[in-house]
Amino acid sequence: MALAQQSSPHARNARSTSQVMLWVILAALPGLLALTLFFGWGNLINVVWCIAVALAAEAAILKLRKRPVAFFLRDNTAAVTGLLLGLSLPQFAPWWVSAVAVIAAIVMAKQLYGGLGSNPFNPAMVGYALVLISFPVAMTTNWAQPGLLWESAPGFGDTLGMIASGQQTAVDAFTMATPLDEYKHKITTHTAAEVLAHPTFGDGVARGWEWVNAAFLVGGLVLVGLKIITWHIPVSMLAGLSLMSLAFGSNADLYAPLAMHLLAGGTMLGAFFIATDPVSAASSHQGKLIYGAGIGILIYLIRTWGAYPDAVAFSVLLMNFAVPFIDHYTPPRTYGHHKPRRGIPGKGQG
Amino acid sequence: MTQLWDFSGGIHPAENKHQSTSRPITGAGLPEVLVLPLQQHIGEPAEACVAVGDRVLKGQKIADVTGGMGVPVHAPTSGTIESVSLQPVPHPSGMSDWCITLKPDGKDEWAPLNPVTNYRDLDRETVLERIRDAGISGMGGAGFPTNIKLRPPRDRKVNTLILNGAECEPYITADDMSMRENAGEIIAGLRIMAWVLRPERVVIGIEDNKPEAISALRKAAEGTQTEIAVIPTKYPSGGEKQLIQILTGMEVPSGGIPADIGVMCQNVGTAIAVSAAIHRGEPLISRVTTVTGDAVTDPGNFEVLIGTSIDYLLAQAGPEQNKLHRLVLGGPMMGYTLETPAIPVVKTTNCVIAATATELPDPAPEQPCIRCSMCAEACPMELLPQQLFWYSKSGELDKVEHLNLFDCIECGACSYVCPSSIPLVQYYRAAKGEIRVQQAEQLKADRARERFEARQARLEREQQEKEQRRKERAKAAAEAQAKKQAEAEKAEAEGQPADDRAAKATLVQEALARKKAKAQQQAETKAGASETSASSEPTPDIDALEKQLAQATAKLNTMQSMLEDARAENADNVEKLERAVTKNHDRVKRAEEALAEARQSVAATDTQPTDS
Repeated sequence: MALAQQSSPHARNARSTSQVMLWVILAALPGLLALTLFFGWGNLINVVWCIAVALAAEAAILKLRKRPVAFFLRDNTAAVTGLLLGLSLPQFAPWWVSAVAVIAAIVMAKQLYGGLGSNPFNPAMVGYALVLISFPVAMTTNWAQPGLLWESAPGFGDTLGMIASGQQTAVDAFTMATPLDEYKHKITTHTAAEVLAHPTFGDGVARGWEWVNAAFLVGGLVLVGLKIITWHIPVSMLAGLSLMSLAFGSNADLYAPLAMHLLAGGTMLGAFFIATDPVSAASSHQGKLIYGAGIGILIYLIRTWGAYPDAVAFSVLLMNFAVPFIDHYTPPRTYGHHKPRRGIPGKGQG
Repeated sequence: MTQLWDFSGGIHPAENKHQSTSRPITGAGLPEVLVLPLQQHIGEPAEACVAVGDRVLKGQKIADVTGGMGVPVHAPTSGTIESVSLQPVPHPSGMSDWCITLKPDGKDEWAPLNPVTNYRDLDRETVLERIRDAGISGMGGAGFPTNIKLRPPRDRKVNTLILNGAECEPYITADDMSMRENAGEIIAGLRIMAWVLRPERVVIGIEDNKPEAISALRKAAEGTQTEIAVIPTKYPSGGEKQLIQILTGMEVPSGGIPADIGVMCQNVGTAIAVSAAIHRGEPLISRVTTVTGDAVTDPGNFEVLIGTSIDYLLAQAGPEQNKLHRLVLGGPMMGYTLETPAIPVVKTTNCVIAATATELPDPAPEQPCIRCSMCAEACPMELLPQQLFWYSKSGELDKVEHLNLFDCIECGACSYVCPSSIPLVQYYRAAKGEIRVQQAEQLKADRARERFEARQARLEREQQEKEQRRKERAKAAAEAQAKKQAEAEKAEAEGQPADDRAAKATLVQEALARKKAKAQQQAETKAGASETSASSEPTPDIDALEKQLAQATAKLNTMQSMLEDARAENADNVEKLERAVTKNHDRVKRAEEALAEARQSVAATDTQPTDS
């Protein structure tokens, strides 16, 4: 038998891209569980629907692009995109809103740019931003009111019915403005105490959301522990957001307090699962710190002075633009060199 | 406790070292034939100094490097030189090189040895020469001649001598077992090297996964100044640059050598060889090699004669041919696969892995890079492996170089962690090769351009010099002219004909007169010479000669009148005409002479009969 001829190294780590993605999916499950417990079946249904659409869209476009379908579907990246959208979209978002978001993410943001590894923008956030701008009503009025799954939320059948009906707005009785939205719009005319009396805030920071964020934080820490992501982007993003809040928004009667920024809305999901998408993020440690901090600062700016109550999608996309630039100017200092070689060869120091 | 530093990156691959440490080092025995490559070191290849058919003794020098850097090769046992020929040698390309084939006679008869009783009595150069003569080159991998390494440049004082006992690569246990069983000899060799270099600090770096070796070395180093530094197990801590960083906190400058920062690393096997060479006078003729992998039933370490074939070595460890899938020379991270086991063990062969398909499976198909940066996290040199990969793949070699490709030590950590199973190191090797080729071509082109430019410059210079000379001549001529004119003017003032043309004409006339005189002289000698021969010739035709003379005279007159005209007009062809006139003058002269001669001879002929 002929001996195998291979280039070194001969030993290889067993963890593949599909396993990495599988870990991301598993690490997001606590968050999905928390969402389901506090906001009903909506997210779970969305996640399943979005993953299904994502896989179908990926398969179709791979076929059109004459790429091996099974080989690429097995990398689980389309499933992660679907999952992230299912977790981010409003609980009662009509099925076609989700489908548009997912198809935009997979077909436009990912495959048309060359598929896995070639997309400059976070696909899930492209899809999210598209539907947020295109269908503002569906994207703002379909948030479930917080309440334990077995108490007040609509049952599985009702939720499925609302999503499948395709109505722009769900049954009013089940929905409620999100805490960030509520605070942003009421604080201009009310005091903090008056605003916080609204049931969306509950007894803690933001009813339900605090648990959802805590669950995503735990899942994210697992990913850091498994070395699937590094701490740089989440920490710098949370730090950027916190510093902005402390510097400009310490007056709760004018601006949402820091705790709300961290624990209401999509902050932890964004910090650990969305901003850390490796394909569209900066690559060096220093670059990741700048990238993450930029997202944190932009989130605060848009949430506080922009038109949208939450801003993870826009902030991530804006920083995606800056990634090539950041990468050029933040290479690490190589062993044995006095300083890093920044920039592009021939421009600046060679 | 020695202060330790950490190096960035690094990985923790499965160690797989226990398989080959369960039994002591055993002799591999005497194979049927030994194949000794002439180049087992960095530098010039050695040249055989024995002839085919010679009987050699164990330890006898059979090849040496006469010019340039290199070390000799010795006979590992006594026997007969069978051939000096091209044979496959250990190389990633599977190439062949010149080798001496030695047929052992089984007597294992030593050549006389020349041990040193106390090396401290010798001078350092002598010790270094002995190390060279023992054929010692670095046994860790590269095979750099040890005597040259031990003589760093004068301005590079070695303050720290490091013995590299890290042996960080999985599977390999040759150094580990040597340290366990041969700690005394290692310390002895290290002390010789320390005596040569006189460093301030001597330290043995050893990974904490080798407790037996650590305690053996501690015991052997008792009472010496040698530090035993136990370092955390992390690949590639045994990389020279990484070990230096761990033990000193310093970094070897890019493109430099450890001596630049006052550090030197030596290998465990090299220390043993140095000790054997000095204390026992034995040259380097064997080494410890690990034979391991799931395709051998009895893995372990062997004391192998240099030149033993891998095939023979595997046979000592119980090979299972049907399970053998991949044969790796070296470790699983940096070793290379062999196409055939029929190649010899050389001075740098530290490990042979006979791996099964499950043990070292074929790599999964390459997937797209997802920029996860796990490679950058693993890189011990703090490079950007994914950027290097893109630019290597797209052939943007300037960018690859800008990102310090040539600082890559090819440790394989990036490929190891890559979830997309991209063979990153392979891309870097290809890019490095391409850049080297380009640089060689560039160098060639530069030289050609330099040659061309030098030639152009030379031609131009010559042209200028020529021009310069011409100008000088012209100037001299003008000066002479001016002088003559001045004379002529002077003469005119004295009442002689004197316009420019007249002066010239007189000059020409004078020259003509000179030439005429000369020609006459020549003609006379010629005539004198021809006189004797002329007498035997038939009687010349006086009429014809007269005719010729008349013609020539007429022609001369025409020429002269033309010359006068030309002079009057100061035409270009004056010179030419002058020559023509001279020529015709000669012709007339010759014709006249010939006529005169003819007449004489006629007269002579006429008178002759009366005389007789």
